[in-house]
Amino acid sequence: MGDSAYSFSLTTFSRTGKLLQIEYALNAVANGRTSLGICAKDGVVIATDKKLSSTLVDTDQVSKVAAINDGSGFVYSGLGPDYRVLVRKARKSSQSYFLEYREPKPVSQLVKSTASVMQEYTQSGGVRPFGVSLLVAGVDADKTPRLYQVDPSGAYFAWKATAIGKNYVNAKNFLEKRYQDDMELEDAIHTALLTLREGFEGEMTNDNIEVGIVSANDGKFRVLTPEQVQDYLDEAN
Amino acid sequence: MSILEYNGAAIIAMTGKDCVAIACDTRLGAQAQTVSCDFKKVFQFGKTFVGLAGLASDVQTMNSLLKFRKNLYELREEREMTPRVLSNLLSNLLYEKRFGPYFIEPVVAGLDDDNKPFLSGMDLIGAPVYTDDFVVTGTATANMYGMCETLYKKDMEPEELFETLSQALLSSVDRDALSGWGATVHIVTKDGVMTRELKGRMD
Repeated sequence: MGDSAYSFSLTTFSRTGKLLQIEYALNAVANGRTSLGICAKDGVVIATDKKLSSTLVDTDQVSKVAAINDGSGFVYSGLGPDYRVLVRKARKSSQSYFLEYREPKPVSQLVKSTASVMQEYTQSGGVRPFGVSLLVAGVDADKTPRLYQVDPSGAYFAWKATAIGKNYVNAKNFLEKRYQDDMELEDAIHTALLTLREGFEGEMTNDNIEVGIVSANDGKFRVLTPEQVQDYLDEAN
Repeated sequence: MSILEYNGAAIIAMTGKDCVAIACDTRLGAQAQTVSCDFKKVFQFGKTFVGLAGLASDVQTMNSLLKFRKNLYELREEREMTPRVLSNLLSNLLYEKRFGPYFIEPVVAGLDDDNKPFLSGMDLIGAPVYTDDFVVTGTATANMYGMCETLYKKDMEPEELFETLSQALLSSVDRDALSGWGATVHIVTKDGVMTRELKGRMD
C-alpha cells in the first residue's frame, strides 16, 4: 500500500499556497444542512436541520446529534458518513481517557484529539479530508459550558454562538443580533430554534430538526426527544 | 526472600483535618547490609506525594515514568493533576506490566481540588485501595499497622499529625531490620508543604 501510485497525500499545496482539497471540503460543509450552537451561562444548546432528500425516509431512524460521553455531544454539517467516523473515534478516545484516568474526558481535550484526527487526514497518504465541520457542546473540567467548532483542516474555535452549513452567514448575523452574555439555557434553546427557522425551507416540525443540550447543573449531555422539541417549538410560535 | 524486601522500606501516609502527611525511612540496603542512609522513596508531584516501597531500581524508574506522564498531562490539559487521577494513572501503569511487574507497592497522598485529603495504596500490579485514615507500605507493614491503629485519631491538626506520624514510623522501624536509619516527613496543607528530616537509631 505504501508504494502505490496514490500513497502520497492528495492534499498538496497549489502554486498560490492554498490547499484546494480543504477548500473543497469546506464547500461540502457549506452545502450541508444548517447546524448551530449557543453557549449560555448555565449550558449549551446545539441544533440542526434534519430535512432529508425524500419524504419517504423514516426520520426517527435518522440521528445527527450524537452523545460522545456523559458530558459532551457532537452535531455536524456536511457528509453524514464522514461524521460517523469522527463520532466513533471520539467515543473511543473518550473511553480510553476514562480508562486511563478514571475521569471523564473534558470537552477541550475531546476537541483537541478530534481536531488532531482531522488534521492527520489533510497530510496523510491515500486519504482525503473529512467533509464535515463539527459543533461540539460540553462542559470543561471546571464545569464551565463550552461550544467549539472543528473544521476539516483541523482548526478549532471556541464560540459563544455560531452556525455552520447552508445559510450559515445569515444564521450568524441573526445570532449576533440575538446573543446576550447573561442568557440562560432555556433562552438559548428558544433563540436556537428562532435562528434555525430563519433559513428553514418549509415548516419546522419536531421530526425535521434535532436538538441537543448540556446543562452545567448536572454536567450531562442529552438529545431532546421529539416531545421535548415540540414543547420548545410551541413556545417559539 | 521476596525481591520486594531486598532493599527495605517503611512508608506511612495519614490524613488529618484538611491535611495529609506522608513519611518514609531513608535506608537503602542490600538485604541485611546497609548501603545508604539518604535514599529517596517519597516523591512530590505538585500537591500530591507518591511513596514507592520495593525494589530500589524500580522505585527510581517508576518515579521517572510518573514524572514524564504527569508533565505531559499538565502541558496538554493546562491544569494540575489531582491525586485521584495520579493514583489511577499509576494503577494503570502497573497493570500494563501485569506479567512482568515493577516490584513496587506505592501509596499516594494529596489534597484534591477542594482540599479534601486523598489516600490510596496499591500492590505491585496496581490493585488499589482507598482509605480515609492511613495507609502503609514496605517491609515494616505489620509494625506500622500496629502503631497506626494505636495512635491514629480523626481530624488531627497538621502539627499533631506530624507528631503521630513520626512516632508511628520511628517506633515501627525500630523493630524492622530492613528499614530505618532516619526518616523524612512531608505535611501537606492547603497553604503549602512542610518537609522535615528526622534522625533515627543507627543500630
